[in-house]
Amino acid sequence: MTVFDALSAPMLADVNPVPWARSQMAFTLGFHIILVPLGVSWAVMTLIANYRGIKHDDADALRLAQQWSKYMAVTFAVGAVTGTVLSFEFALLWPRFMGQWGAAFGVPFAFEGLFFFAEAVFISVYIFGWRRLKPWAHFWTGVPIAVAGVFGSISVVAANAWMNAPEGVTVDSSGKVTDVDPMAVMFNSAMPLMAAHMVVAAYLVGGFLVASVYAVGMLRGRRDRYHRLGFIIGFTVAAIATPIQMGVGDGLARWVFDNQPVKFAAIEMVPTTGSDVPETMFGHLNSSGEVVGGLPIPGLASILSDPGTGTSTVVQGLDSVPSDERPTNSEVNVVHLAWDVMVGLGTLLFLLTLWYWASWIFRRDLPKSKWFLRAAAVSGGLAVISLEAGWTVSEVGRQPWIVYEKMRVEDAATGNTGIWITFVGVLVLYVGLGATTILVLRGMSRRFHRQELADELGVPYGPAEPSDKPEVPVG
Amino acid sequence: MSTTAAIILFAAVATYAIFGGADFGAGFWDLVAGGTDRGERPREVIDHAIAPVWEANHVWLIFSFVVLWTCFPEAYASIGLTLFVPLTLAAFGIVLRGASFAFRKAVYRTRDQRNFGAAFAVSSILVPYCLGAVVGAIASGRVPSGGRAGDPWDSWVNPTSIMTGILAVCVAAYLAAVFLAIDAHRLSDEAMVAYFRARATAASVVAGITAFLGLFVLRSDATFLFDGMTTRALPLVILSAIGGLGSLWLLRKRSSRGTRPAAVAAVGSLLLAWAVAQWDYILPETLTVAAAAAPTGTITAVLVAAGLAVVVILPAFILLYVLDQKGLLPEEGVDTGSRSVEARSDSIR
Repeated sequence: MTVFDALSAPMLADVNPVPWARSQMAFTLGFHIILVPLGVSWAVMTLIANYRGIKHDDADALRLAQQWSKYMAVTFAVGAVTGTVLSFEFALLWPRFMGQWGAAFGVPFAFEGLFFFAEAVFISVYIFGWRRLKPWAHFWTGVPIAVAGVFGSISVVAANAWMNAPEGVTVDSSGKVTDVDPMAVMFNSAMPLMAAHMVVAAYLVGGFLVASVYAVGMLRGRRDRYHRLGFIIGFTVAAIATPIQMGVGDGLARWVFDNQPVKFAAIEMVPTTGSDVPETMFGHLNSSGEVVGGLPIPGLASILSDPGTGTSTVVQGLDSVPSDERPTNSEVNVVHLAWDVMVGLGTLLFLLTLWYWASWIFRRDLPKSKWFLRAAAVSGGLAVISLEAGWTVSEVGRQPWIVYEKMRVEDAATGNTGIWITFVGVLVLYVGLGATTILVLRGMSRRFHRQELADELGVPYGPAEPSDKPEVPVG
Repeated sequence: MSTTAAIILFAAVATYAIFGGADFGAGFWDLVAGGTDRGERPREVIDHAIAPVWEANHVWLIFSFVVLWTCFPEAYASIGLTLFVPLTLAAFGIVLRGASFAFRKAVYRTRDQRNFGAAFAVSSILVPYCLGAVVGAIASGRVPSGGRAGDPWDSWVNPTSIMTGILAVCVAAYLAAVFLAIDAHRLSDEAMVAYFRARATAASVVAGITAFLGLFVLRSDATFLFDGMTTRALPLVILSAIGGLGSLWLLRKRSSRGTRPAAVAAVGSLLLAWAVAQWDYILPETLTVAAAAAPTGTITAVLVAAGLAVVVILPAFILLYVLDQKGLLPEEGVDTGSRSVEARSDSIR
């Protein structure tokens, strides 16, 4: 194929594939991770509405459940295909990582495959079963979706956690993996807190996303029971998840402090080891590695790291390891900024849920203020940003390692120099995919609204329409 | 131990080839169904048949990848490095196809449906071709061992890969037409039964000829595989031919029973013949299954996962198929009457 060689040689010479591979992985994962919360928590919200609908004979709740399940069909499909792309990318972008560590890293995925399978099967039965299955039988076909969603995301996070805490592998002198303890791989020490952090995040982000859509509707004057119910289900899920997340996140930060001190130094932007370390809000490292700007709060980083020893807690600095074993200064800046964004937005969302709880406790109603609805309307977007920021902290903070202290990113990547082309292609494809997903979901919402006005929408569990097929009894 | 892992890998690949293949093939018939009016009814049958099951069908691909990278990481690395281009194309096609199929179900305007439908149908051909070419590349020994990259172009643009790519498209179309004829029968739509039966007949002839000519391609281009196919795998090759001819005969006889098992037997034994012919290599002539296998702990874990899959997932999968086949999973609860009214009023505008 000399024609191809002739075409590609001048174009591709000297293109380092590593930054392109990193960009493509970051972009495709960053896209996929937005769909994860919906896949995990939307099913639960749908089931809450479904349960209420059947138990209390609530037509609005049933309509919500039915429409949410149709949106879920779209977001699950997009999540499934973008997830499939990730499994291709392990081979396409990180073949040397997979070749070296696949025997360990792959183990959690074998179980993730199981859960994903269950999810795909039951989501189909649930979405397509509205008219033909009996109400409670139909409800129960939805429950495995919620369970599989949680365990599926725990499995994926277990694989990612293993990259942070690569335990359970024995390596011989030539670097070949000779023995794998699958339990130690799956239940590595980073897994419990990372998985909890992700699952709770899924409920937090999913809850705020759903609530924000109905908040917008209510701000536009659609203050009917249907919108109110949609808002309350979403926001309540988020309002339960948010305080829990504060605790889980704090625990995870302390795990990082104990086990990945260099990542922690990047998070807190600590150039040199010492005690009485200030918590610097924003600011950045300059080219010589000094902290510039920002708002330092004296001693706080030390206190938060270990409240027991207070300001005398010693925080290991970036200088504790050679410069090629820690994130670069600009990576530190990314990690630190992402951390501030995640914690800052998380705190704002936490305050918003306090407002919500206070209003329920003292007034037995939603907050009346328009400002609450306005804040709730942007909460979905803010939650997504903090999710992305949190993921950035975890991934960029691990640099330069792909497997912590065992393999560097540059040793893991493909040698294919054409990656920049696929990156551009992926970028175009995903931007189109994202835009189309939003357009399609909006179009569905408008159609539901029109049908509602025209009162065309049948009751979900109503008598089945005369169909061209003979009725087959279930069970 | 490694043999068991290889058997699981083969089972996953074969299941994907049959279920995923039928799914891609349905997209092929969607593409060639003609204009909006003429193609309306076939497209409805196709939609009806694959909408509830396509995601589950494609989980087999992910499962194949997972077993490959977990149990045979070195082979996975070599494949990823060498076959970068066709795998990338296949990934793009899968995104386009899955998303546009879901979107087509979700939009109600004819123009939108047509655009998403076109993306769906074109990628339904691209993906099986690319994956078929990947199989050809591996089977003809063009992927080197040791996590090294083979030739980025010759590895998949060669006689064997082109043949296997075309064969994959033909086999997918064949399986799909056989399945769709049965779906149409269940819908009591005799016109569509005849429609898909005719296409199944044509596709079985084309697929059979391609497979037969393919043997000659292998003789000149992939001698190791050819030797295997004509010696120890020969009974399976013959079985595949019998299955194919049998399904052709049943189609001619307008029998509604037996065509599906015959078609599955034809495709299944062809795939098994490939596996037997290249045994005990995972990458022919460079890397054996035993040498590529991951440590025992890993394989045990995968066996446990596979066992759970059989116990937990298989019943669920069968439930989905039974519900689908009984017609218990219609349009996702949408009032079909209002849908066609709206589509019609849109096309008038």
